Amino acid sequence: MSITPETARKVARLARIRVEDADLPALARELSGILNFMEQLNEVDVAGVEPMTSVTPMRLRLREDRVTEGEMAARILANAPDHREGFFAVPKVVE
Amino acid sequence: MTLNSLSIAAARDLLRKREISAVDLTMSCLTAIDAADTLGAFVHRTPDLALEQARAADARLAAGGAPDLCGIPLGIKDLFCTRGVPAQAASNILRGFRPEYESTVTARLFEAGAVTLGKLNMDEFAMGSSNETSCYGPAVNPWKVDDRRLTPGGSSGGSAAAVAADLCLAATGTDTGGSIRQPAAFTGIVGLKPTYGRVSRWGIVAFASSLDQAGPMTKTVRDAAIFLQAIAGEDAKDATSAALPVPDFEAALTGDIRGRRIGIPREYRMDGMPAEIERLWSEGAAMLRDAGAEIVDISLPHTKYALPTYYVIAPAEASSNLARYDGVRYGHRATLAPGEGIVEMYERTRAEGFGPEVRRRIMIGTYVLSAGFYDAYYNRARKVRALIKRDFEAVFAEGIDAILTPATPSAAFELGAQASADPVAMYLNDVFTVTVNLAGLPGIAVPVGLDAQGLPLGLQLIGRPWDEAGLLAHAHVLERAAGFVAKPARWW
Repeated sequence: MSITPETARKVARLARIRVEDADLPALARELSGILNFMEQLNEVDVAGVEPMTSVTPMRLRLREDRVTEGEMAARILANAPDHREGFFAVPKVVE
Repeated sequence: MTLNSLSIAAARDLLRKREISAVDLTMSCLTAIDAADTLGAFVHRTPDLALEQARAADARLAAGGAPDLCGIPLGIKDLFCTRGVPAQAASNILRGFRPEYESTVTARLFEAGAVTLGKLNMDEFAMGSSNETSCYGPAVNPWKVDDRRLTPGGSSGGSAAAVAADLCLAATGTDTGGSIRQPAAFTGIVGLKPTYGRVSRWGIVAFASSLDQAGPMTKTVRDAAIFLQAIAGEDAKDATSAALPVPDFEAALTGDIRGRRIGIPREYRMDGMPAEIERLWSEGAAMLRDAGAEIVDISLPHTKYALPTYYVIAPAEASSNLARYDGVRYGHRATLAPGEGIVEMYERTRAEGFGPEVRRRIMIGTYVLSAGFYDAYYNRARKVRALIKRDFEAVFAEGIDAILTPATPSAAFELGAQASADPVAMYLNDVFTVTVNLAGLPGIAVPVGLDAQGLPLGLQLIGRPWDEAGLLAHAHVLERAAGFVAKPARWW
């Protein structure tokens, strides 16, 4: 499977990582190399095998539906690059 | 012998007898750290906090009944959130981040009275096998045979370098594909990855959640047992932590493995494996046989597919986990040009904050999870993962107690040696360790010998699920038989 620079652009966009146009061919080559390595998996007979969902058999535990922690807005915002009036601040999203 | 070179077990006994104080022990480590800048092991130091904790430990020791780790100075991998102390996962995207909370592992260590000396270098987001993807620059292996600077391995390279150089008595590591065991082998120390679910992942920066597990990096097997005891067990904050009783790991070190069956998997005998590694492996098997174990040839037929499986699953999970680094809640935020909006903010922030290997893995993960490729890559890898696990279940069902393999395909290599190689070449470092994560098993690297150059080599033992006690017992016998006592000659 070979990745084209156009596919690389799409993947970068989906991953929300800016990649300059000039860097797309090199990125495409790198991704192709890694994907080629993964092609070996096509040799394996996986008929009838269920994809693993949990490496150890475990049931998801339920807990009582009640508030256990809270009232710590200042601590939650303490590391924010920008916050105002108790909220995370971001560039305008809706015109 | 200086205090910082003590094992946990030896220091514990001296502290309890009040023959040494936790403050003196901590000072000895702090002095060693200050003289070891060239190793690049400690990236955030907390001497004031360490001395405060040491004084509290001394008071607790004086009162009697203190836990095993009371007064023991440790290093903490930068992947662990530590309240008020930087936790950066060796990434520029988390520069300046000071968690408002404490990981369960470090909380348990500090409740037990352990002393924190600071945070340790690692590969960025634990993605790497040489500590070279770190935003701080690489940690350096204290072992050296000529003028080359060698890697301590990765991703827990700072932890390995610090323990091997006696900068701390032990350190935390994390292991997603070999990140505890490979650096332990490269530096002549012990590294234990517990069964998936044995140790809480809460408060540890997530890389691949179905594979990540924290564990001890120590000078001896006994120390690994003591350390694991302190951090193991169910945690309400991690739904994947197991509600199973935690046995007494140190008591399991009986020295008696007579009648145990040790499997030697034929698929781990790789083409091009260095003769020294092959010889070490045979010697290790002979040591266990001499101790009364039965050595059995076994087959794990899907072994060769473990690396490609891992390099689908781990990046897929990473692409999802690392989506949270968007410049909104913590860490780096890019400066925007006029007219740019929130999408540009995400894209610039992530391009500036993540290093090249992390960007690459996020994009691989994004690709294998994207519509049209999900079945061909991600689902197929999850099916092969099920087969890899089944291989282990089959040999354990046949009565195998533990499996002996090499820990790494080589001794420590030179920093920069693989810089120009393609990323897949670096991935091969994990060839013996990654199966263990995929199957959720416990594994331990034990130093067994030196290669012809004089660099440490380790062997790996793999245990049954939840049988860290049995695994440690085997490792203890191997450690004693190998009698590995070499230490790096101090050059730093």
